[in-house]
Amino acid sequence: MTIQEVKFYQVGSRAVGNRLLSEDLRTEQANENRTNALNSGHRACQGCGEALAARYVLDTAMDAADGQLAVVNATGCLEVFSTPYPESSWQVPWLHSLFANAASVASGLAAGLRTSGRGDVRVLAQGGDGGTVDIGLACLSGMFERNDDVFYVCYDNEAYMNTGVQRSGATPPAARTATTEAVGPEPGNRFGIGKDLPRIAMAHEIPYVATATVAELHDLEAKVRHAMSLRGARYLHVLVPCPLGWGSAPADTVRIARLAQRSGLFPLFEAEHGTVTSVVPIRGRVPVEEYLRLQRRYAHLFAAAGDADRQAATLRAVQAIADRNIARYAIPVEEL
Amino acid sequence: MRSQIEGSRAIAQAIARCRPQVVPAYPITPQTHIVEALGAMVKSGALAGCEFITVESEFAAMSAAIGASAAGARAYTATASQGLLYMAEALFNASGLGLPIVMTVANRAIGAPINIWNDQSDSMSMRDCGWVQLYAQDNQDAVALHVIAFRLAQELSVPVMVCVDGFVLTHAVEAIDVPGAEIVDAFLPPMSARQRVDPSDPVAIGAMVGPEAFTEVRFLTDADLRRAAHVFPAQASEYLRLSGYHVGEVSKYRLDTASTVVVTLGSVSGTVREALDDMDGDIGLLTLTMYRPFPAAVVRSALAHASQVIVLERAFSPGAPEGPVTADVRTALAGTGADIKTVVAGLGGRAVTRSALHAMLATALAGELPAVSFLDLRADVVERELARREAGVAT
Repeated sequence: MTIQEVKFYQVGSRAVGNRLLSEDLRTEQANENRTNALNSGHRACQGCGEALAARYVLDTAMDAADGQLAVVNATGCLEVFSTPYPESSWQVPWLHSLFANAASVASGLAAGLRTSGRGDVRVLAQGGDGGTVDIGLACLSGMFERNDDVFYVCYDNEAYMNTGVQRSGATPPAARTATTEAVGPEPGNRFGIGKDLPRIAMAHEIPYVATATVAELHDLEAKVRHAMSLRGARYLHVLVPCPLGWGSAPADTVRIARLAQRSGLFPLFEAEHGTVTSVVPIRGRVPVEEYLRLQRRYAHLFAAAGDADRQAATLRAVQAIADRNIARYAIPVEEL
Repeated sequence: MRSQIEGSRAIAQAIARCRPQVVPAYPITPQTHIVEALGAMVKSGALAGCEFITVESEFAAMSAAIGASAAGARAYTATASQGLLYMAEALFNASGLGLPIVMTVANRAIGAPINIWNDQSDSMSMRDCGWVQLYAQDNQDAVALHVIAFRLAQELSVPVMVCVDGFVLTHAVEAIDVPGAEIVDAFLPPMSARQRVDPSDPVAIGAMVGPEAFTEVRFLTDADLRRAAHVFPAQASEYLRLSGYHVGEVSKYRLDTASTVVVTLGSVSGTVREALDDMDGDIGLLTLTMYRPFPAAVVRSALAHASQVIVLERAFSPGAPEGPVTADVRTALAGTGADIKTVVAGLGGRAVTRSALHAMLATALAGELPAVSFLDLRADVVERELARREAGVAT
């Protein structure tokens, strides 16, 4: 395995620097012996939230599985930028089959490992929002309802980025994509459509469902560790900003992910067997506008040439979604 | 041991003796009895060391088989018709990844109009998916072909599809000799995979390959598939030695000097044999058991004396100049001057009767068989409908 220099990160206003924590409380990313599951040299865009999240998730899962981990990957950005033959950035056994079938392949892989006397090898499947909430949903739902021993991780960047930023079932209202252009009487993606996969997963009453973002590393790693401590179908939904598709600065990826949570648009919670068991408080709530303004996909909401009344109404509608999330999950809001 | 048993149950017993480790299953008529029997064997403990996964679609069935096979486990599933088409994307993927999966296709028509009865349009439509395709003439063939399929798949690291005519074979109760465990164990070594997902030797399987290497990868995958043409006969010989039952890549009937030869696949071969027995004509029969890879040299040599070749197609290729098997036979016979005809027969379960075959063969012997024809086509119905459409277009 290639030796690679490990870089350390300190993030966020209230995040505690790893150096100030005792070793057992530090993140896996602060461990110089981490797997570095997704090695450098891959071809992701600058500031790619998915690349960041995949490494965070897999390094932690590898540690939790004591290195006995196999990974199934759906087609998508993560697959394409990590394995242009003959190169591979993966430092884990890795299998890619198709766009829609990662969950089924993972079910079969887990069964095959068990019946080959290698039931100690844990199976993790991963895909983007298109491969998870849209084309792969039937396979994922089947894996869930059978309670197969698979940990499925969705890296949600809220559109089909690999094919050039087209709308998916996870695209939020008002967001501009290549198939929901910021034109016409209702610019961007329509309101009242789309699906909330963490809640769909909860409806299957599987052992574990959680949400995370690339901004909350301790939280993300803790959720991965908890998922790995359980057996059966487990689901983690990670919000991963996409500078290309969202029209954001590469340096703002972590900041935008944090604002998604602090605005209430992306609630962080855990659920076991269909019941919410923990919620991450919002520390320093911000209006949704603070989150939206950093992204060109929402530029039509702030354009000087736009219809001010309609822009204000759209902003109120997005704010209402954040308000409803906070109420639905009873998210404690703390002053910064 | 020879016993009165349904074809599907016999196939399931043969598969169980091959000790599959993962069987993802999704129901579709007329395949269902096979996976039902396997599911019961797993549940009762009779088939130990196997997991039976009740998936939500054929696409998931093939996908789970892909995952299991990539783990190095022996994987099996069965399907038919719409189900085979629903897993099409995964079929190409399994062969591209070189995974030794074995699957039964209980041949059935494809809709619309929806039709559950037998023809071979399903597997024929997937003839380019990179799998070995073997067609059973009868249930004794089917049993042998499944046992050989597992060894062939494993040795070549290529997936193998065993095509068994739906209902005609799958639901026929007859005397079948299912090879005992001692025969299968002597013939089929324990599973070992060419490449597998393994944390102690991590590899990336399923990388994206660009123009600089894609052609070579495809060429090599095809080379693995083509090796089946040589490996299958050798394995069939060994199976014959152990079991006393022989199944070749083709089988010949009254063929040696026949100037007119019928070429076909699957269970209709039995009816053709009987039709030939009724007739005095100089007609032979060549039945293809192996269709992919296409045994062109064997076909050419078998048809060396034929001046007229009638390919009895159990599938239909709309818009094509002739049937799919006819095109392959024509390529194999290039330059021989043989007159090659397509007869489409038995679509959607229409019985291929001896009397219909007699009439068709008499026409052929008289030199009057058209290039493409349909056996037993109700000409009055189609002519009336064609006339109505003509009138509709005119108005």
